[in-house]
Amino acid sequence: MVMISGAKALAESLRREDVKHLFGITGGAIMNLMHKLWEYGEAEEIRMITCRHEQCAAHAAEGYAVASGDVGVCFATSGPGATNLVTGIADAFLDSRPIVAITGQVPTSLVGNDAFQEADIIGATMPMTKANFQFHRVKDIPLLTKMAFKIAKTGRPGPVLLDFPKNVQIGEEHVEFPDGEIEIPGYNPTLKGHPRQIKRIAKVLKKAERPIMIAGGGTISSMANNEVLELAEMLGIPIINTLMGKGIIPETHPLSLGMAGMHGHMCANSVMNQADLLFAVGMRFSDRITGKLEHFAREATIIHLDIDSAEIGKNVGVHYPIVGDARIVLRQIVEELKKLEVTKPNGWMQKIKQLKEKCQCNIPLTDIQPIKPQQVMRILREHIDSKTIVTTGVGRNQMWAAHYLRVYGPRKFVTSGGLGTMGFGFPAAIGAKVAKPDHWVVDVDGDGSFLMTQQELAASVIEDIPVTVIILNDQALGMVRQWQNLFFEERYAVTDLGPKDFKKRVPDFAKLAEAFGANGILVERVSEIGPAIKEAKDSDVTTVIDVQIDRSENIYPHMPSGAKLEEIIPCPSWMEAE
Amino acid sequence: MARINSGNGKEAGTVGSHIITFLVEDRPGVFAKVTGLIRRRNFNIAKITVGPTHIEKVTRMTFLIKADEATLEQVVKQLNKMVEVLRITELKPKDCVIRELALIKINTSDQQERNEAMQFSNIFRGNILDLSPTSLTVEITGDSQKIDAFLELTKRFGIIEVARTGVTALARGSDPRPRGVDLMKLLEYE
Repeated sequence: MVMISGAKALAESLRREDVKHLFGITGGAIMNLMHKLWEYGEAEEIRMITCRHEQCAAHAAEGYAVASGDVGVCFATSGPGATNLVTGIADAFLDSRPIVAITGQVPTSLVGNDAFQEADIIGATMPMTKANFQFHRVKDIPLLTKMAFKIAKTGRPGPVLLDFPKNVQIGEEHVEFPDGEIEIPGYNPTLKGHPRQIKRIAKVLKKAERPIMIAGGGTISSMANNEVLELAEMLGIPIINTLMGKGIIPETHPLSLGMAGMHGHMCANSVMNQADLLFAVGMRFSDRITGKLEHFAREATIIHLDIDSAEIGKNVGVHYPIVGDARIVLRQIVEELKKLEVTKPNGWMQKIKQLKEKCQCNIPLTDIQPIKPQQVMRILREHIDSKTIVTTGVGRNQMWAAHYLRVYGPRKFVTSGGLGTMGFGFPAAIGAKVAKPDHWVVDVDGDGSFLMTQQELAASVIEDIPVTVIILNDQALGMVRQWQNLFFEERYAVTDLGPKDFKKRVPDFAKLAEAFGANGILVERVSEIGPAIKEAKDSDVTTVIDVQIDRSENIYPHMPSGAKLEEIIPCPSWMEAE
Repeated sequence: MARINSGNGKEAGTVGSHIITFLVEDRPGVFAKVTGLIRRRNFNIAKITVGPTHIEKVTRMTFLIKADEATLEQVVKQLNKMVEVLRITELKPKDCVIRELALIKINTSDQQERNEAMQFSNIFRGNILDLSPTSLTVEITGDSQKIDAFLELTKRFGIIEVARTGVTALARGSDPRPRGVDLMKLLEYE
């Protein structure tokens, strides 16, 4: 037992959790913690990275968490600092990313008195955290911190918030640091699948004639890539991924059908309602995947594997539910299948091959103006290697990236799927780069999206965290514009971001980047794309490439919101192939 | 083979009353978390009872909820995810004992009516807790139907005020699920 302050107790607890980086902004109600963490900074054990907006600190922690597989940590002061974190926390909650958020709080004696910079962050984040705790006694800090990290990273990962009143930071008490694992009575995620259910599922899988597997974000967070691939190859099951499951198997693999959903690949979408067996792994049947639920996979027997039992049966009724960790349960199923004699459904695999051939959209790189976003993606694709991490903004840019780019492994595609948070891409890229300094991190962003978090150019330059930003600049809130184009009588209400005559660039992103000491490149011709990307990749400072793209180019397919899967508007190339 | 759980996409099932009872750690904010979750997920709670148990720092909450089977399952699963929720069970009416308590203040200015009200109270095994020249307050304990019946009978006298608790319930027999909670070591923090 040692007599230490609350701030020191948390700083030491973070070190013991092996935290290497924190993202945030300090302030009156959290500075005592930073004061103690300074010592760990001097010893080069923990690095504090100053962001320019707390929302970005949370997104950076998310990017860090995905890229590294560890818990990302962010901090903010009380009141506005804490409330600014909320968007990032909600984002992490919907996409199940493990982060721990630490907020300062006014002294306990003032809590509830509407003190200066007081906000009820515990109340505000209750519905969007896995758990949240306010420290009341210094001696509780080591235990609660340990609980926070355990809850954030185990089971279905998610955000945990620790609220730290100023007087508890300053106060000194005798403190003991718990050793080893702790048992939390009300928290015990199921990891292993029920053996009898495994046997049943193995039999059903063996029997299926037209099976498909949908791999979601859960396969990535449990790192089930080897198991997914092994099962797929063993049974000849084609793999569809959700947006969050991108990268679970190499998209060049013959069994990979790409992404399903509103803007997914036609081959993936068309196959969902043809299958007789649908094996859903670590995904939650979001409305962006299923379309109108009554018409989704009517013919199919559904197996649903998820670590969160509340996800099973929430949106779609299932025949074979199984709760557990994707990697562990898939391994169990593979072992069970090895005992059975399995054959691959040849006719089905032939069909899959045909569908894949039909689903080729390779836009020519002819010099047209304005540039087509598909051209940018095609060129960028050539520069992406096995180590590249791609992050995205939200909107059409995100869907261009998800649809056209290939990433080579799990934790290589970082995007805001559930909450759809514009501005996510750039701070997430910064977080990912901090986690993987040797990897090239490229943020495919939109002009609207990037402008929401562009101030982090300061953080990336000052803290020396170089990333590449490629802005697909259509001077519009492109996704909404696309909806207006297709479903709202082409009435473009409040989606224009540029001046009416297009004579000025507002902003000039290249100049904006330069104002922050970053590198800015304006791209207006197809031939300039490749060299710009190469320059950015080789640069040791953050580079913003502003690509002027054709705003009238829509992303297809497009499944109208609430429509049946069959009512999807396909890509032009798919229609030609038909 | 029928699909398990109906899910949102299927037709909503029949809405019925269900009792769920669960043990939670007695910590600040837990009740707010529970009710917040109920609100956020659009669940509909008809009656709530909360009280301590024989185990230190463990509170029992009992909800009567109106829901179809699929919604009920979501309520149970979502509550079960809360770190502070230790055990949760649905109690089927035939397998449990259920009690609710009501205090009913009846207008009894009329001598005849006062006598009748006291008779009814006796038949319902009520306790008369308070008497005044013009009113009497009865305590009735039982299931909800019994209390409803008493209110129906006495309404012609004029009911001045009613205070009802929610329902509380325990499983019948000696299979005491939730077992093991006594032995469970709760973590110590405030």
